Amino acid sequence: MENDQDNIINDITSGEYKYGFYTDIETEKIPKGLNEDVIRLISKKKGEPDWLLEFRLKSFRHWLTMKMPGWANLKIPEIDYQDIIYYAAPKQKPAPESIDDIDPELKKTFDRLGIPLEEQKRLSGVAVDAVMDSVSVKTTFRETLAELGIIFCSFSEAVREYPDLVKRYLGTVVPHTDNFFAALNSAVFSDGSFCYIPKGVRCPMELSTYFRINAANTGQFERTLLVADEESYVSYLEGCTAPMRDENQLHAAIVEIIAEKNAEVKYSTVQNWYPGDREGRGGIFNFVTKRGICRGDNSKISWTQVETGSAITWKYPSCILRGDNSIGEFYSVAVTNNHQQADTGTKMIHIGKNTRSTIVSKGISAGHGQNSYRGLVKVLKNASSSRNFSQCDSLLLGDKCGAHTFPYLEVDNQSAIVEHEATTSKIGEDQIFYCNQRGISTEDAIALIVNGYAREVINKLPMEFAVEAQKLLQISLEGSVG
Amino acid sequence: MLSIKNLEAGINGKMILKGISLEVKAGEIHAIMGPNGSGKSTLAAVLAGRDTVEIRGGSVTYMGNDLLQMAPEDRSKEGIFLGFQYPIEIPGVSMVNFMKTAVNEHRKHKGLPQLSASDFLKLMREKKEMVEIDSKLANRSVNEGFSGGEKKKNEIFQMAMLEPKLAILDETDSGLDIDALRIVANGVNRLRRPDNSSIVITHYQRLLDYIVPDVVHVLYDGRIVKTAGKELALELEEKGYDWIRKEVDNQN
Repeated sequence: MENDQDNIINDITSGEYKYGFYTDIETEKIPKGLNEDVIRLISKKKGEPDWLLEFRLKSFRHWLTMKMPGWANLKIPEIDYQDIIYYAAPKQKPAPESIDDIDPELKKTFDRLGIPLEEQKRLSGVAVDAVMDSVSVKTTFRETLAELGIIFCSFSEAVREYPDLVKRYLGTVVPHTDNFFAALNSAVFSDGSFCYIPKGVRCPMELSTYFRINAANTGQFERTLLVADEESYVSYLEGCTAPMRDENQLHAAIVEIIAEKNAEVKYSTVQNWYPGDREGRGGIFNFVTKRGICRGDNSKISWTQVETGSAITWKYPSCILRGDNSIGEFYSVAVTNNHQQADTGTKMIHIGKNTRSTIVSKGISAGHGQNSYRGLVKVLKNASSSRNFSQCDSLLLGDKCGAHTFPYLEVDNQSAIVEHEATTSKIGEDQIFYCNQRGISTEDAIALIVNGYAREVINKLPMEFAVEAQKLLQISLEGSVG
Repeated sequence: MLSIKNLEAGINGKMILKGISLEVKAGEIHAIMGPNGSGKSTLAAVLAGRDTVEIRGGSVTYMGNDLLQMAPEDRSKEGIFLGFQYPIEIPGVSMVNFMKTAVNEHRKHKGLPQLSASDFLKLMREKKEMVEIDSKLANRSVNEGFSGGEKKKNEIFQMAMLEPKLAILDETDSGLDIDALRIVANGVNRLRRPDNSSIVITHYQRLLDYIVPDVVHVLYDGRIVKTAGKELALELEEKGYDWIRKEVDNQN
């Protein structure tokens, strides 16, 4: 009986990673290793102003004093930071004027990923910044958005064209001293997206950044800075994939969000970095710092993440609720299959009065996967009448995986109400057989059960991506149940 | 329709079915009665394809095919329905979604196109009325938080949706009050057609007041020890199973 269960689990979890191809394209790389010269070189390649170079150097010097954090419930192999290439860029004309100037190989790559760079081929409601390795390849719909005063471009362009805006907000939510990976990113970040929604503007389309790692032995260190000015609204989506390789690759990103008075930002992630093979070889180390601040009163930041990829995930998209009546939300589905590990969750910091936060975390573990939820709800002294509701559910497929929950509560205001609910369940052989008996195959049964379990979170995604995410869940768990 | 020959099967190395033979023809209702532990539910599990039961010998032919070689979902799609003694809860999966998936799998198997959402909901409404189940049940997760009676009615509802050729009802009457029993039985009777058959497994005679069987079998210690018409059920009700036990023990 146990063997049968194992067989079912094996069959279903042996799904293939669809995005594991590599694009053979001429790439400009700098030598491996990390020191001040390398940082100066990156900065020079990007033609950066001195203040930004100073920011990088300051971050690097701080990073040198730090140690890799060891508190996460993760087994991370030692990382040799001198054995990583910190800048790799597909070679192309310096500033492609039109789509015709982009290397056809690059266009083909993004087509294969379902992210065509031609605007007419895109879903009309989505603007994309496509990032390959260390540089942004193309940002679509820039002109359309510019008519509304919305700035949506690569980070490098933003530094050149809107230096004041970048300077004003960079590092204000995630300071360069924040943590080991944030300091590293602040020193070596290469590209990413910048987005500014002016006062009173409701962004008419989804904005998204698609991150692709292509080159071998490189790390990807991008930064996203998203500013929603007063009374504005934006929905933002991030997707990511990488080729299949036997070596691990490091991805250490930073996302900073600023929501001013009455502004609302919805940030969704469908993370599908290469998870490694079934024996746990290869895969991306995804060590990411994401944080938003509700600076103004009545502002709202909502994080939704569907995490199916990466060998190891370490990320805690958080909200600092500084404005009165501001709202923070975190909806997460994290899947760990085979030998994947995830330590993920959120921090909700209640500072303003009458602030509210909601946390819904759904972990799914299969194979030998280890899935941890780690979340902090902190209510400061002046945050009167604040509320938090947290729900952490774990679903286990098979008996070799693990689910762990680490909730932290720090409440310094008597009038706050904080609720926490947690459940752990298992997809049982009985449930599968029940579905089988009604004509539903084991694979479809698992998909049905997992999607039912994750529905609450998936429903928070923009519609086009909800369908994608559902399929992705199915693929990530293919071959995995009992 | 169904032909079981010398079927031997066990669970965890323990023999439970010790040579069962049974013929079910189209249009017939067979009742299988017997004391607890006689092997009734194991027989139902074998027919539905539960892999926790080990088959040791014998054969089962269904509509001319070797049933034991078929995957459980294929048996379902070929028209075998098992009404579970203990229906399973599937949290988060709505009855609508569950049934839509099942019905469309059945339709695909028959080469029919998928039902549109509105046609599907119409079908659900019709069948709900037929088996008199509360329409709110359909909006909830599969069996989650259902009472014992609601779960059993939900089994009959699913049966109505899937229109099986051979329905196996495993102690569908257990735990039902008299009203629920009537509803379940009416559902079964309304679904009765000349070309489909039922195997009704029960411990008590009272269900058979409502579902009148053509043949009654008594299962005892893994064997069918008596087969007769519907009057056998009444006799069992009157005399209890001890009478059968004594008769069998005397023969040994």
